[in-house]
Amino acid sequence: MNAAHATHATDHTTARRSTRGSIRRSFGEFGLPAAAALTATLLLFLVTPLDGAFGFVFIGALLFLFGVFVAVYRTQGRMHAFDRLASAAVSLAALAAITPLVLMIGTVVARGLAHVSFNLISETLEGVDPSAPATQGGALHAIVGTLTQVLYATAVCVPFGIATAIYLHEIRGRLSTVVRVLVDAMSGVPSIVAGLFIYAVWVLGPGGGFSGFAASLSLAILMLPTVARTTEEMLKLVDPSLREASLALGSSQWRTVLLVVLPTARTGIVTAVILGIARIAGETAPLLMTAFGNDRVVGPFGSLSEPQSALPLFIFQQFAQDQRDRAWAAALLLIALVLALFILARVIARPRKRRSS
Amino acid sequence: MFTRGVEQQPRAVVAQFTRADRIFRRITTGAAMTSLVVMALIAAFLVRDALPALRIAGGRFLTVFEWGPDEDPARFGVGAALFGTVAAALIALFIAVPVSVGTALFINEYVPRRFKQVLVTVVDLLAAIPSLVFGLWGLFVLQPALDGPARWLSDWLGFLPIFKTEVPIYGSSLFVSGVVLATMIVPIITSISSAVMAEVPRVSCEGALALGGTRAGMIRTVILPFSRGGLVGASMLGLGRALGETIAIALILSNDFRIPDNILSPGGSSIAATIALKFGEAGITGRSALIAAGLVLFVVTLVVNSLARYVVSRSLRPRKTAR
Repeated sequence: MNAAHATHATDHTTARRSTRGSIRRSFGEFGLPAAAALTATLLLFLVTPLDGAFGFVFIGALLFLFGVFVAVYRTQGRMHAFDRLASAAVSLAALAAITPLVLMIGTVVARGLAHVSFNLISETLEGVDPSAPATQGGALHAIVGTLTQVLYATAVCVPFGIATAIYLHEIRGRLSTVVRVLVDAMSGVPSIVAGLFIYAVWVLGPGGGFSGFAASLSLAILMLPTVARTTEEMLKLVDPSLREASLALGSSQWRTVLLVVLPTARTGIVTAVILGIARIAGETAPLLMTAFGNDRVVGPFGSLSEPQSALPLFIFQQFAQDQRDRAWAAALLLIALVLALFILARVIARPRKRRSS
Repeated sequence: MFTRGVEQQPRAVVAQFTRADRIFRRITTGAAMTSLVVMALIAAFLVRDALPALRIAGGRFLTVFEWGPDEDPARFGVGAALFGTVAAALIALFIAVPVSVGTALFINEYVPRRFKQVLVTVVDLLAAIPSLVFGLWGLFVLQPALDGPARWLSDWLGFLPIFKTEVPIYGSSLFVSGVVLATMIVPIITSISSAVMAEVPRVSCEGALALGGTRAGMIRTVILPFSRGGLVGASMLGLGRALGETIAIALILSNDFRIPDNILSPGGSSIAATIALKFGEAGITGRSALIAAGLVLFVVTLVVNSLARYVVSRSLRPRKTAR
């Protein structure tokens, strides 16, 4: 997806207007209306009984659009006025799309940071009174649970994910289309359905009850499409001449794939796996009917047969018990974990300068 | 970035497969069938475990607006929950589609190239935030902030039945759920829309500009008509996400089993939230009923997503005549 729109650079947009005049013009077209809209909205909210942050932003945005239109209409006429109106509207849409991210991270940091303390990562909830303040007890068991489940899920999912990608891009078998359609369909499976499925097939069956491993299985289902499709994209980036060179030197297909293609795409595959982990680390819904939750630390071995906690589950259950301080602090941990994984994936995936070869 | 020509015209590699190769291909093919096997197993096991409940409820499973599978006599159905699921998802689409298409246009046509990758990364990042965090933010921050707009909608658009409230109590409503869902599906709609718009023939865009059109005119007459199908598909993918979202809705909706009179007052339920909230307390029939509800959700999202993928892939297919 990213690759698709990166290759189509918007050449005409950069060429259209040149430097200094454009800054002055942008100010006349967008800056002045913005200032006017802000003042007008402030006045409106002071004088009239209007209130609320949402209303302020909404009315301000409308006035801004109106101002842009009027400012350009006076000097350049209708066609250009609509053009600038569209620019302003589209910019506001982009702003509206990313604002929740900023607000969300801000909220979690603001409410959680004060309650992050050492006991949060060193203690469990075992024997802790349910109404005890956040200074007692912690989420160690949940952290261990999340790490264990993610580890098992990755171990189960990655071989299948990479094999699927190799099948789609290297082997190109007869069922390629079917597999691609089904991987896409799998990415649309609601997480709660994945949980129910594992409950029906594993918890009630060979798993013998709720367990951390059952959670890993449901997470592996959710992770597979991400890993398979991202890996496939990464295999596409491998220079075909490498593949051909290997075959021309007489190596067979399996040697080519395992010793040339996969090593070349190594960083890309690591990125795919990390993106998959980021996708599942915060999943809550399937854990309710698989991992179930536990107040004490359950290690990697216990995870196979015992109920286990996990960070998202911990947060959800703490909120249900009205332990908001502890829950927000844990939410901060979770979001930090997901962001760290995401950034790690980006750093690894960043194209490096090619050494001449 | 990789060179584009390479992907468009792969040179055919004809290889003689050795025995080791054939084994390798067979193993990989087998492992690649996971998606097929898992999807088939999901359907099979959900049907198997849903049957006991479906036998009790019969056809009324889709029409009854109550949830009492463990009571005697058992009366339960996903009617109200299905309604709530669809209603909240449609509200989300109503908000998210304009924002996402606008953002995609901004990414493709407006933003300076230097900041383009940053913006794409930020949108991807939004997609990586756990839905639990969306839910908590929606519950504690967005919901109080939405009181004002809800009041406003009720005051000024109250003549429409969906905005007509009897008592001025807002929140825990389909409206708040829809807004939270909207923020969650913006990333997927944006990234697919952006990919679809990037496939619009550049020549046509430049033609529109060369004829003296403005950028807005070019978008209206070239980009939007060309990518319309893909945009519909992208929106439907967003719809599929919204239908299956669980935890955020479970936190916000009050989950009573009736169809609310309006979208602003507390009320409404969703299938996924029902499964999450009722699972712990459910008895044997209850669990079976919840699995039946999951089966309904599975089928609905599968249909919506497959249709969406079909529409998107059709619009992404290169159009030779247009070039």
